[in-house]
Amino acid sequence: MSVLLQQLANGVVQGALIALIALGYTMVYGIIQLINFAHGEVFMVSSYGGLATFTLLPDDLKKSPAVALPLMFLGGILVAVVVAVVMERFAYRPLRNAPRLAPLITALGVSVFLQEAVRVWYPDATSNLPYPKVFPTGSLALGPISVPWTGVLLVVLSVGLSILLQTYINRSRMGRAMRATAQDPDTAKLMGINPDRVIVLTFVFGAVLAGVAGVMFGGYLNNINIDMGFQNGIFAFTAAVLGGVGSIRGAVIGAFIIGLIKTLAGQYMPGGTQYDYVWIFVVLILVLVFRPQGLFGEPERVRA
Amino acid sequence: MRKHLVKSAAIVGATLLVVAACGTNDKTEAGGTGGSCDTSKGTLTVGVVAPLSGNLSALGIGIKQSAELAVDEANKKCTVKGYKLQVSAQDDEANPAKGAQAATKLSTDPNVVGVVGTLNSSVAQTVQPILRDKKIPQVSPANTNPSLTRGNDFLTAPKRQFDNYFRVCATDDLQGPFAANYMVEKAGKKKIAIITDGKTYGKGLADEFAKQVAKKGGTIVGTETVGEKDTDFSGVVSKIKGLAPEAVYYGGEYPAAGPLSKQMKDNGLNVPLMGGDGIYDQKFIDLGGKEGDLATSVGAPTESLETAKAFVTAYKEKFGKEDFAAYGAFSYDAANAIIGGLAKTVEGGEWGDAKRDAMLTNVGAYSGSGATGEVKFDQYGDSTNKVLTVYQVTGTKWDDVQTGEYTG
Repeated sequence: MSVLLQQLANGVVQGALIALIALGYTMVYGIIQLINFAHGEVFMVSSYGGLATFTLLPDDLKKSPAVALPLMFLGGILVAVVVAVVMERFAYRPLRNAPRLAPLITALGVSVFLQEAVRVWYPDATSNLPYPKVFPTGSLALGPISVPWTGVLLVVLSVGLSILLQTYINRSRMGRAMRATAQDPDTAKLMGINPDRVIVLTFVFGAVLAGVAGVMFGGYLNNINIDMGFQNGIFAFTAAVLGGVGSIRGAVIGAFIIGLIKTLAGQYMPGGTQYDYVWIFVVLILVLVFRPQGLFGEPERVRA
Repeated sequence: MRKHLVKSAAIVGATLLVVAACGTNDKTEAGGTGGSCDTSKGTLTVGVVAPLSGNLSALGIGIKQSAELAVDEANKKCTVKGYKLQVSAQDDEANPAKGAQAATKLSTDPNVVGVVGTLNSSVAQTVQPILRDKKIPQVSPANTNPSLTRGNDFLTAPKRQFDNYFRVCATDDLQGPFAANYMVEKAGKKKIAIITDGKTYGKGLADEFAKQVAKKGGTIVGTETVGEKDTDFSGVVSKIKGLAPEAVYYGGEYPAAGPLSKQMKDNGLNVPLMGGDGIYDQKFIDLGGKEGDLATSVGAPTESLETAKAFVTAYKEKFGKEDFAAYGAFSYDAANAIIGGLAKTVEGGEWGDAKRDAMLTNVGAYSGSGATGEVKFDQYGDSTNKVLTVYQVTGTKWDDVQTGEYTG
């Protein structure tokens, strides 16, 4: 019983991380129907941004987590936002009216570019890098199970930020503009909405969440590598598709489902941890067979 | 105008990438000046195939630089009469497909006399046949999987697999049981869980370990496999935690083992993690390896061997720091075996394809005193040096706790 509870807790923490990344996929898709495959790399780059911020801090600040930690988040988010904005401006905007496949291939190219850029130019990025130990240590004990404090923080941040984002999109003026652009960019333009601004803002929101995820990933798992964006990006993309790409709630719920499948399948299904990925994709296929639009997605509209 | 800007930015970006790529690919380096030696017959190449980028690059670069050191010294001492030697290092990224490309590239060069490498047993499997077809001797500093030399039935019906393949390190059918003996008899841990990355090296090593644990009266309480690129091990840790092991044996390499050890502790499974030569690296500790973790590695501790001291001094002099990593001394010996074989082969003659058979024989018959002790090959191409060492993490570094030969 305690093993089951512990695995559920592990799954929730993994889901929280995936959710933060999946939101970026789903928002961008919702607005411009682009699967931004480079989003996983934005997450990876932010992790290195956080690490670089820490490395550049003066020695006395490195010793006080209360200062170093927020600065690392700030640095990581800043790097993620700059990368996302530059990527949107130079890689995707010129292709705004091109056939849908063109920006998709571009996204794959940007992904490879970012990965190689970090590998070549970040010092020692050719192998795993340890993350600084400024995060709270120890674990939260809940009866028979224990969750590291970094894991707890990850869940709190993930759930908190998704609720904030959902509220912003539903309540604010800008959020309304985003929804309007998603529904019909041409009419939105006629109503005085600047689609470029809306799109950039969407990328920025995605990048901020990816930035938080990137730094937390380092804190939770203690080391980072250039492959982390690809692997977690695939999970996040899968989560977005499972939940219904374009839906905020769907992406978050999809992410937690994937986190739970991964840990529970590793524990209880035949093949053990070796086959945990298999079960994730089996569930994805089953969901898509019976609900092609995903759990919370709307059926695809044909645009005029 | 606007379009122009985007286009030129794209071109600049692409150019930068190409420049960067060329910068990392160009790894051919001249091995010293040759000094006053007679090098009238030209230049011959010793190839190196190892992971020079990626997670295992710390080990790969140690292999490459140690081979360069051996070639450098040979050039200074005029070991190969009439020829100058150089190193051509190819990156295999620890990936069997990339290793095959690297081997193909080397094998098409008529001046390549031998290859030092690979690091990974899985990469060796694709490199061996390519080099055999061109009769190029391959001496591995680090492949420990026994089937590479003796086939799948290496215990019951050993059979030489490749007549061009040699290695200077002890194999996993010795290393695994050696670790098991230490674990069960010395450390007194009877309930052990096994985790592997499912690759040729990791799985092979763990299998040998498990057999010996059973023989010594211990129990394997569970076996799990993790992905090579996994980063979050909380699922597998919780699973084996439920089995209450007294220790965990990991078959794989340090990029996964370090974080795994840390996550075991974070998730309340504070028992030692033990692994093979693949985790015996400083990086293991940097990435989360904890106090009391254990590793076996091939050979005696480099610092304790009289023969190794000269190597360490020379390496430090040439490269400034002692980053030869776990296999540096082995790579140095492997390169010297090739150089020694070559010196005999071209004595009083010229290098050419007709000499390749003689070269294989001469490398096989090579015998010398190297940085890891005596360097000699048996009838399968394995090293006759079967010394192994157990190391333990103490503070922030590895300390050797037991050195010896596996005797059953």
